[in-house]
Amino acid sequence: MSASDTTIDRLARASLWWQPHRIGLIVVAAALAVAAAVFMRWDWLPNYLGLAVYGIWTTIWILVVTSVLGFALAVPLGFAQVAGPRWLAWPALWFCTTIRGTPLLLQLWLLYYGLGSLFPQFPEIRQSDLWPYLRQAWPYAVVALTFSYAAYEGEVMRGAFAGVARGQLEAGRAFGMSRMTVFRRIWLPQAARSALPTLAGETVWQLKATPLVATITVIDIYSVASRVRQDTFVVYEPLLLLAVVYLCLTGVIVALFRRLEARVPSRLG
Amino acid sequence: MTAGASVLPATTSAANGAAEAIHVEDLHKKFGDLHVLKGVSISARDGGVVAIIGGSGSGKSTLLRCINCLENPTSGIIRVNGEEIRLKPDGRGGAMPADRRQIERIRSRLGMVFQSFNLWNHMTLMENVIEVPVHVLGVKRDEAIAAAETLLARVGLSEKRDVYPAFLSGGQQQRGAIARALAIQPRVMLFDEPTSALDPELVGEVLKVIADLAREGRTMVLVTHEMKFAREVASHVVFLANGIVEEEGPPEQIFGAPRSERLKQFIRNVGG
Repeated sequence: MSASDTTIDRLARASLWWQPHRIGLIVVAAALAVAAAVFMRWDWLPNYLGLAVYGIWTTIWILVVTSVLGFALAVPLGFAQVAGPRWLAWPALWFCTTIRGTPLLLQLWLLYYGLGSLFPQFPEIRQSDLWPYLRQAWPYAVVALTFSYAAYEGEVMRGAFAGVARGQLEAGRAFGMSRMTVFRRIWLPQAARSALPTLAGETVWQLKATPLVATITVIDIYSVASRVRQDTFVVYEPLLLLAVVYLCLTGVIVALFRRLEARVPSRLG
Repeated sequence: MTAGASVLPATTSAANGAAEAIHVEDLHKKFGDLHVLKGVSISARDGGVVAIIGGSGSGKSTLLRCINCLENPTSGIIRVNGEEIRLKPDGRGGAMPADRRQIERIRSRLGMVFQSFNLWNHMTLMENVIEVPVHVLGVKRDEAIAAAETLLARVGLSEKRDVYPAFLSGGQQQRGAIARALAIQPRVMLFDEPTSALDPELVGEVLKVIADLAREGRTMVLVTHEMKFAREVASHVVFLANGIVEEEGPPEQIFGAPRSERLKQFIRNVGG
């Protein structure tokens, strides 16, 4: 393919993108933004900008860390249910069902107010190296959100592992692959690929679960908006800004997963 | 290859003096109450092409799959290149490989070609062909790629090396699967009805590749419905019916002068 071809392609794609309905929507969005800027109160914003950036950063790192750890847990949780012995499959099923069957807020509070208030009663724990972490709120937030992601994604991975065609695994065995090699080279890659679209959705869900950490004193972007309301009695503007922040983060997540999906073959079998 | 790399036609390359590559003795296989194989014995010599024929449900695929223990036999003896696969009771009245290392090592020298191709669909054709050499046999990646290029050229798929299986026709996938099996430098090739899942117009291209392999004296065990093909390439034909070897012999005898009533009827029905 020559260079001029790709240029023409790009122009054609660009002109396709600029369709009337898209232009209309952009105009409406711009009008709303201008109206919000002109008619609403934003004088508090400079005072809280630093805190807002800190809050957004907290939201992002909690999302990334719990999604990555959650997925790492989801793989064995799903696999144990599909191919594990009963003494592994049953606890995995139990874990997924329990976590998915109870509200995340409840789990968070049980961990933070329950376990978190139990720990200080043991001198061994208070004197341990872990204590500086255990007395803070964020470890409980990370654990609760990781478990939640792991349970939901564990169900998805269970389906994905079960969905890999038998013949694919059998071909591996037939050529002398060990069980570990079959898992590492065939079973897991194929399952992960088929779970990818669902993974994107679960990660967006995870983002929208993060505001709950504000209830246990972790300062994320949601808690910053609450702080502004308490300090200044400005209600709508911080919430509006909050909505925009979450929308942007969702957009980034969706775009990242799109790119990831585009890199793997579109048809699998 | 070893014994039969001569200019002799395939039918005579299985000289009786050649070593035994596959030896199956008194093999039984039950699926629950269903007694699929009732004491089957077959033998393939180096350079020989053994074709297993029979009606559907006669147990021919099961027999082939027992050779590399993809299906665990209920009882019996299996020897590959003189090495007996050690079996132990599986606790449910059957048997299973006693030594996982041994069975994995034996399998890695048996080139299996499946009815439904089973190319790994998350890998390109090239990745499929080098997968086992690199990740099981420990061949260096660039050496494996060089060898794979030769093999893909042989099966006429050089241009498709970076294509995923889903974008190949059935015939191309099966030729690719044959290249993947050849890449492990197998002592024996096992074909499990390699053309049954193909559209009729694609059967020829796959049979041609298999016939070439037979001609160069490769040891093969072939389960097939293609009677004309079996007659052309096989050095020995085994007719399986109701889980036993009903009749066996050289192709001229099996197809030209069948003795048993069942075989006569089978050949009439399939028009061999």
